[in-house]
Amino acid sequence: MDKARDLGTSPDEVQFRFRDDEPVDHGTVTVDAAIDQSNAAAVRIEPGDDTRLLLPFLDRLALVEVNFPSFGDGRGYSAARILREAGYTGELRAVGDVLIDQLSHMRRCGFDSFAPDKRLDEEDAARAFATWDNVYQRAADARRTIPEQRHEA
Amino acid sequence: MYQYDSYDQAMVDARVEEFRDQARRRLEGKLTEDQFKPLRLMNGLYLQLHAYMLRVAVPYGTLNSQQMEALADIAEKYDRGYGHFTTRQNIQYNWIKLEDAADILADLSRVEMHAIQTSGNCIRNISSDHFAGAAADEVVDPRPYAELLRQWSSFHPEFTYLPRKFKIAVIASEKDRAAMRLHDIGIRIVRRDAGEIGAQFYVGGGMGRTPMIAPLVRDFVPLDQLITYAEACLRVYNRYGRRDNKYKARIKILVHELGAAEYTRQVEEEFAHMLAVGVEPPREELARIATYFADPAFAEGPKTLDRSDPDFALWVDRNTHRHKHDAYVSAVISLKPVGGIPGDATADQMRLVAKLARDYSFDELRVMHTQNLLLPHVRIADLHAVWTALDQAGLGAPNMDTIEDIIACPGLDYCSLANARSIPLAQRISERFAQAGRTEVVGELKLKISGCINACGHHHAGHIGILGVDKKGTENYQLSLGGSEAEDVSLAKITGPGFDEDGVIAAVEKVTDVYLASRTDGERFLDTYRRIGMEPFKEALYG
Repeated sequence: MDKARDLGTSPDEVQFRFRDDEPVDHGTVTVDAAIDQSNAAAVRIEPGDDTRLLLPFLDRLALVEVNFPSFGDGRGYSAARILREAGYTGELRAVGDVLIDQLSHMRRCGFDSFAPDKRLDEEDAARAFATWDNVYQRAADARRTIPEQRHEA
Repeated sequence: MYQYDSYDQAMVDARVEEFRDQARRRLEGKLTEDQFKPLRLMNGLYLQLHAYMLRVAVPYGTLNSQQMEALADIAEKYDRGYGHFTTRQNIQYNWIKLEDAADILADLSRVEMHAIQTSGNCIRNISSDHFAGAAADEVVDPRPYAELLRQWSSFHPEFTYLPRKFKIAVIASEKDRAAMRLHDIGIRIVRRDAGEIGAQFYVGGGMGRTPMIAPLVRDFVPLDQLITYAEACLRVYNRYGRRDNKYKARIKILVHELGAAEYTRQVEEEFAHMLAVGVEPPREELARIATYFADPAFAEGPKTLDRSDPDFALWVDRNTHRHKHDAYVSAVISLKPVGGIPGDATADQMRLVAKLARDYSFDELRVMHTQNLLLPHVRIADLHAVWTALDQAGLGAPNMDTIEDIIACPGLDYCSLANARSIPLAQRISERFAQAGRTEVVGELKLKISGCINACGHHHAGHIGILGVDKKGTENYQLSLGGSEAEDVSLAKITGPGFDEDGVIAAVEKVTDVYLASRTDGERFLDTYRRIGMEPFKEALYG
């Protein structure tokens, strides 16, 4: 197994995926490496990384992993939204200490695949993804917010 | 006041069910205590010294009589018959069982209340001016903006795991009755010369172990960009606030370390970006919310009253505040009876207050950040009846903003963080001054007591502040002077070495002696301190 494989998660480790395309299965590199290597298609963002450094290279990225070393560190939520706001349409995978009760917010911030360190209970997860019938704020998903629905003609 | 529509109700109900499910998974061992803790905190549930505490949100301090009655019912059904009103306009119950928590949340939901985000590293309950909608000096009622922010900040997907807790206050007058600049974000609604209304943003204030006064970051945010600007402020904080040390994780440290100018530059950059993305709710939403805060049907009536009863006259002078309609006043219900526990109210007292609100104040009540309650709209003609009822229930103390009107944290009687007791000290000081007949002589004097450096009792902002510390296993109290949470905001300075409990009470008397001997006409304690400085006080204390 090469070094790059050590860094990223493989498609086998993905427990939930909300995309129809084939998952990419090649080496994931650090943000610094992605900037240097013109052919890198998969990158992994750590909490201290500046996600905006990736914006010039979004076209060639097919997979961005955002690592949550600890579920209480919420920087990855901003990272995800920033990528989606910049028009990134590839796979956005939450990896690491990803737990049931963070799933619905992560989904709203633009994550469309999840590779938790420990596999989650399928039933509990399904309930968590469906927690909110409606939402108050605009985010990276396309959901119409409660204020928007209130003022529809 | 605001009323839930079916969307708001569904959101709160969904939250109750979510919490029920989380509690179930905790009991089944699917969640560790470390994983469960932030979830219960975001539903208001703390573990204190002796039991769980549940903190219920009172958004911007406004509630109706039915809600107050529900709070009384909860106090009786699930607690020991009383509740404690807090410095952020909330109420907390100190003797809660974990297994009752979900049922209490369901009871609250039935009266459009909740405990959402009253704790945890998220955006907390939005606080406001307790006189909002009643004060003669406000530009507009600040509560529609607070409600807009409440909805935006509830279950925010990006800002639920911030570096640390995040408190926002919204006011709309020159006078600051909400400690606005001691919040993570303080918003003041202002009117420009041309007549347009917008928001000043002060960011990076706070108390705690490193008190800071928030600098002005933007002097005018147009109202249809309010949420967008708040979102930009939060995103910069979420990305760059320190997470390596919880004592340096509040936004005040980020703003201080970056400098206000650099923080502002980053916010403005993010703001420009977010304007392009489009995160603001539709304009009509603010207008929709504002309709709920329209003035009640004020009627003409007498503007003067019979002052022949001196006790009543004193209460009127001390505890009522000028109203925008001249046949009305706002009446403060003191939760600071002499020798009592600041902020506590029994279920019976809550029910009486609810009845008075229904009979005399258009069904409206407020919780004040000074841990008192308020009837915002009372006809001057009804004041005597209101006072009589309050006085009979032990709620008629005429002591607003006097030395008896002490803010105190729960301290070592309840709190696992505390180093010293706060409540007994507050009780003894108010007794001492009341018995000596000195309360009225001394006049306005805001005394604030915290039982540890986390400063929940706002000691940094007290005209006189007292901080309880642990000195080799015994309780010791540091005295500080010259703080203010109001529009003349300042941070108090420590006088010198601390005192034991008896010593600090004597010290408070000594500094008031210095004040009485030095004051000129009309000077408050704070004014005299600012004029003569610390030295004369030090001399009296340690000389």
